[in-house]
Amino acid sequence: MVYLNVVLVLFLIVCAIAVERTKDLLGAVIIFAAYSLVMAVLWLLMKAPDIALTEAAIGAGVTSILFIAVISRTRRMEK
Amino acid sequence: MKKLMLMVVLAGLFVVLVSSILKMPALGSIDNPSYNEVTHYYLENTLDDTKAVNVIAAVITDYRAFDTLGETTVLFTSIAAVISVLQISHHKKEKNKGEKQHG
Amino acid sequence: MDDLIVKTITRLIVPFIQLYGIFIILHGHISPGGGFSGGAILGSSIILFTLSYGLERASKKVPHKISAILESAGILWYIFIGLIGIALGGTFLANQDSGFFMGEAGRILSAGMIPLLTVAIGIKVASTMVTLFHTIIEED
Repeated sequence: MVYLNVVLVLFLIVCAIAVERTKDLLGAVIIFAAYSLVMAVLWLLMKAPDIALTEAAIGAGVTSILFIAVISRTRRMEK
Repeated sequence: MKKLMLMVVLAGLFVVLVSSILKMPALGSIDNPSYNEVTHYYLENTLDDTKAVNVIAAVITDYRAFDTLGETTVLFTSIAAVISVLQISHHKKEKNKGEKQHG
Repeated sequence: MDDLIVKTITRLIVPFIQLYGIFIILHGHISPGGGFSGGAILGSSIILFTLSYGLERASKKVPHKISAILESAGILWYIFIGLIGIALGGTFLANQDSGFFMGEAGRILSAGMIPLLTVAIGIKVASTMVTLFHTIIEED
């Protein structure tokens, strides 16, 4: 169980750095959705199912859809 | 030279943060500072006070219901701001179209 | 988007998503969940409908007027429940002191005002998500 925790936290850190490094904003949004999903699993492992439900619904679902809607109204690539 | 100083500062910050993590109590341990008499009160009296099995729901919508009212107000204010910014530009364009057709 | 597979799958799956959201809202005082997560699931089901069927049909299902009314109704219902406590001799948002039906622990009809407040929060969050998405993707 501890090893699973460590792997998930390492994935979280890699995702956070990749979101900041990516020039393609659409790709960054998708990496951010993966970050939110892993965060939801981590909340579940920390015995907070309420927060896990909210994170999976809002963080991975609605937030990325709103980001994609905003990207479709502006530019896709970062300058 | 600037990069070296930055590295030194970041290394110092790293040492401070890691040493503070090592001093933190483990997840869910009894020595946790947040595990005090308030927690005991909630765990012992929630069922009699509210008849709700889910203690978190009882805290959010009964003991701290006023805070949740504030959260709902934040949502309301944010949606009001978004609508007033985005709809005004739509209205302006429609108005300009109408005036052009008239003229 | 004009794709038969996406439209059919959406038509099949949206009622189940909405049922799950309503289940989470109504069981907020028994199982994990509550107003915020259930409302987000309800709102994302309508967002899925908008994505596959287009804004025109979705705003026929959930017009701007109705979502604006629901939004104000959610927060007004919350304040009204709080004022019932004052009217019946308790404090603002008091539960047991103001004489709500408490019932037996573990049933859906129990816990006084907690399900009523959860329904109010769920309506509020769902209509907020839908209005935000519809306003952003609206063509000018």
